[in-house]
Amino acid sequence: MNGILFELLLPLLIAIPLGGAFLIALIARKVRVLADIFGNLATLAILIIAVMLFRERGVYSIGGWAPPLGISWVLDGLSNLMVVIIALVSFTATVFSTQYMEQYTAKYKYYSLFLLMVAGMNGVVLTGDMFNLFVFLEVASVASYALVAFGGRHEELEAAFKYLVLASIGSTLILFGIAFLYGATGYLNMGAIADAVSGAIASGQPSPLLVLAAVFFVVGFGVKAALVPFHPWLPDAHPSAPAPISAMLSGVLIKALGIYALARVFFNVLGMTPLLGWILIVVGALSMVVGVFLAVGQWDFKRLLAYHSISQMGYVILGIGLGGYVLAIGGNRQAATLAILGGVFHLANHSVFKSLLFLCSGSIEYRTGTRQLKEMGGLLEKMPVTRATCTIASLSIAGVPPFNGFWSKLIIVIAAFQAGFPWLAAITILVSFVTLLSFIKVLRYAFLGKLPDALKQIRESPALMALSLVILAVFCTGMGLILVPGFRQLILDPAVGALAQGVEYARGALAIAGGH
Amino acid sequence: MVYALCFVLFVVGLYCALTKKNVVKIVIGLVIMEYGVNLFLVLLGYRREGIAPILDEKIGPLEFLARAVDPLPQALVVTSIVIGLGVTTLAIALCIRLYEKYGTFDITEIRRLKG
Repeated sequence: MNGILFELLLPLLIAIPLGGAFLIALIARKVRVLADIFGNLATLAILIIAVMLFRERGVYSIGGWAPPLGISWVLDGLSNLMVVIIALVSFTATVFSTQYMEQYTAKYKYYSLFLLMVAGMNGVVLTGDMFNLFVFLEVASVASYALVAFGGRHEELEAAFKYLVLASIGSTLILFGIAFLYGATGYLNMGAIADAVSGAIASGQPSPLLVLAAVFFVVGFGVKAALVPFHPWLPDAHPSAPAPISAMLSGVLIKALGIYALARVFFNVLGMTPLLGWILIVVGALSMVVGVFLAVGQWDFKRLLAYHSISQMGYVILGIGLGGYVLAIGGNRQAATLAILGGVFHLANHSVFKSLLFLCSGSIEYRTGTRQLKEMGGLLEKMPVTRATCTIASLSIAGVPPFNGFWSKLIIVIAAFQAGFPWLAAITILVSFVTLLSFIKVLRYAFLGKLPDALKQIRESPALMALSLVILAVFCTGMGLILVPGFRQLILDPAVGALAQGVEYARGALAIAGGH
Repeated sequence: MVYALCFVLFVVGLYCALTKKNVVKIVIGLVIMEYGVNLFLVLLGYRREGIAPILDEKIGPLEFLARAVDPLPQALVVTSIVIGLGVTTLAIALCIRLYEKYGTFDITEIRRLKG
């Protein structure tokens, strides 16, 4: 692909959802069907562009101002992967929404907010500028607060308020961290900051502001990613949103705003240190264990899924943190990249199976009108598609071969052994086992057993909803194939490389743009 | 010293947001936190006896560099104030809806979700 086409397509990833959001709010108000058409077309267009750009690398300078002066958008291996995941999940979510959202009024407002959220997330994963990261982070967050409250019932408003307060505190901490970084280095461009920081560390006089910034980033992004000490908003907010939004929030929002931003800042901007690695490992292990044990006792289907999101995010952070720790102490590089690979792969897998699970819960709720597992039962024959896809997703999240969750968990376990942390491997396997137990409970209560009399009349979900379930289920089953050598080099290794390269990477991104 | 005061302002806001029971007071706490950060950001670019960062013919570039305040934090603060306005508006709108539904501003009484 030549440079001109790249310069044309990359901004479209943000321009399409942003423009689409305004267009829908303006013209789709009167004609309901227009909102559906525009919403789906926009996410489909993003998906196509994301796939077209898949092997591209480059820097786009906004307004022609070369970095470090102007704001730049950087497309690298990790951003590539994230963009494709976001596009895939948001496309299936909009397909699902066309029929699911018929229950609500003001569909155009829903699509408008949805596209704003997508624009914010794409911006977060593409930007190469710290302040621009904050702006897009807030765009995505504000849209998601409104979407959590979308139903307007008691619980939804309460959950949205809780989410808004905690996440705003997180955002403010992130902004404070960015201010510290600017005060310490005088730059906002990630590459330039990385340069200045590593220069300051090499000269033996790192500014104390940098330590403060790192602390604020851990807490701020930790709130956004719902890592364990900062998780209380997630089990309220994610179940309260409409099902496709739950899928987006759990599937991609906490990853783009939390995990991706955390990894990007610590690996590529500040540079990993052994202490930071330890913090990530401990927080990750804690999230895994606490999340899964809180999940087992839940009887509300979506709430159970939300707690599992916390636990699964623990896996991702554990993998990435372990890799970062081993890299920082200069240990076995192969084990480190393997751990990061496990983390990144699990991130991709989790967004597919967790959004599938949330869409399944939406599909059940659409027909039965309940989220309580105890009120369901015997849906086996009534809803065959939902049952099949839900089983696939449950087996994936529990790490049963040959589904995708198994492979990424296996990689994390192997990497933990190679890096000399057998106890981490033991925790990983234990948590995986408890996850399996809790999903056996879900399948048992939702699909087996006796059909309650109230539910005799239900049918399978409408065709478009079933279609999006099937698309995601196919990915769940097939994504293990990414580990086959040819695909792995194409898809996962560039993403891992981007993180493992550390601060060197950011310098490379600057050089491409001719900034240095 | 001034920076420490910003930090104090930030902590006051955080304390207010985390301990108050009235939802509107929580929102006020959030706003105070945000302004603590904004103040810090704009102070980063401040310079005593500084001039406005507008280049004109009367001063040469070197003198300009030596005297002008840093314009970048000002641009950032304007952006962050606008974002803060959006968040505050949404928060207040939620408070109003909460009041309509529950008939109270007290978060200890707005508790339908189990922890």
